[in-house]
Amino acid sequence: MIHDLVVVGAGPAGLTAAVTAAGFGLRVAVLDAGSRAGGQYHRHRAGRPPAWPPLARLHTVEHLAEHRVWAVERVADGFAVHAVAGEREGTPVTVTGRRLLLATGAYDRQLPFPGWDLPGVLTAGGAQALIKGNGVAPGRRAVVAGTGPFLLPVAVALADAGVEVSAVLEASRPTPRAAALAPHSPARVVEAAGYAVALARRRIPYRTGRAVIAAHGDHTGLTSVTVARLDADWRPRPGTADELDCDTLAVGYGFTPQLELAEQLGCATTPDGFVAVDARQATDIPGLSAAGESTGIGGVHLAAAEGESAGYAIAGRTPPRALLRRRAALTRFAAGLRALYPVRPGWLSWSDPDTLVCRCEEVPRGRIEDAARLGADDVRSVKLLTRAGMGWCQGRMCAEATACVLSDVLDRPIAAPPPTRPIGVPIRLGDLAQGAS
Amino acid sequence: MTGAPEPTPVHPPGTDHFRIGVDGRHIPAEAGQTVGAAMLAAGIRSWRTTRFAAKPRGLFCGIGVCFDCLVTVNGTPSLRACLVDARPDDEVSTT
Repeated sequence: MIHDLVVVGAGPAGLTAAVTAAGFGLRVAVLDAGSRAGGQYHRHRAGRPPAWPPLARLHTVEHLAEHRVWAVERVADGFAVHAVAGEREGTPVTVTGRRLLLATGAYDRQLPFPGWDLPGVLTAGGAQALIKGNGVAPGRRAVVAGTGPFLLPVAVALADAGVEVSAVLEASRPTPRAAALAPHSPARVVEAAGYAVALARRRIPYRTGRAVIAAHGDHTGLTSVTVARLDADWRPRPGTADELDCDTLAVGYGFTPQLELAEQLGCATTPDGFVAVDARQATDIPGLSAAGESTGIGGVHLAAAEGESAGYAIAGRTPPRALLRRRAALTRFAAGLRALYPVRPGWLSWSDPDTLVCRCEEVPRGRIEDAARLGADDVRSVKLLTRAGMGWCQGRMCAEATACVLSDVLDRPIAAPPPTRPIGVPIRLGDLAQGAS
Repeated sequence: MTGAPEPTPVHPPGTDHFRIGVDGRHIPAEAGQTVGAAMLAAGIRSWRTTRFAAKPRGLFCGIGVCFDCLVTVNGTPSLRACLVDARPDDEVSTT
């Protein structure tokens, strides 16, 4: 059976688009890697779905949970989506649709620092996933560090899970210009104020212009972190280093979009590395739409507005003017917000030649610098010389950092290459062979 | 595998509780909880050592991206502990 619409990703953007299109009578399939729909934002424990309207309409679409999509291709009458079903068993599945919507989301961006590979150091999103999806607190005493507004809900979630949160360390100093954003989206400003109150009530200090510049531990994992004040370029100010005891560090420096499937179809991207879409979420490839964080980091409300616009447009309807206005306002707000939290190059001064950049293949910064001096002038050449980015995660954790180290040595801008992979997510060869037989 | 400062369960125990084995030790788990979350809740926070420097690793990204948390479950190797939901009587082995 060919579906009218296949959606990859059951988060705020994907599921909103799916149920909106289904509401107009389209036959919709939604493939998602998670065992429960909702994506990262609406992640929830088994049997405890949050009050999010699209979840209540999940029965109007064919929801294929635990489906890891590893390839998408254009076929005669639309798109074929190839997935492996089941985290353990790995059964090959192909779903076809006349239209395809990619809502693949994003994951936390990381900046390497000494000790970031110690157990107990978690991505901010990972810490939140443990609590939201599993009801498990990652430790007893935590520090939250990085940049961007996402650090606030993570700190509140940790505190509410019974973790003592010593501090939230925001590397940027966003306050002076933040007020200028208020007219674009008053509701979001109220939300931010709500988090400020929540932190204050839980006596969690929020410190700007500070970062964790090193993590320390023993064979069991993290035991403390070094915190320092940063200058405007994020270089530690001399004499400001301080050590904080903790067993958990939740860290994230913004988000990296998941672009593998969009790259496989060859669709156009924006200069800052997201899927390029119009106001109705259409890409430059006929029949292919995209929505949510992979089209620009903007948070749950923008993702849902984009998903709803896409749902209308894919069903051949004109999105209501109020929806398009809301989407436009949220887009402006998101762009303004992103501008408040830029990653500054001084983070490179936190690491030393022994600091791992590639966690999978254990490639330290010094080896990447050596490769640059040997003539490697792009991330791919570094990978061939050092194996950085060649491991299990396929460079998802290290490609951007590798490009930054390379830029630093060569003293010119080097961009991380777009993720062009014939197999979008690592899968077992046996699962593929099973599909071929 | 190594111990950690015992983390706190967020919610009081409900139904659907069972046990899984981790390298011969029995730990509690709940339906819908991942193998990695159950291990962390039991105070296990590292369960793999790296190939070259033999450094401890456990959960890092927590959402299936980084592959640091690989475990073997019932003989199936290279599963991400952060994604695989625990099932009654699962046997997890670490390296």
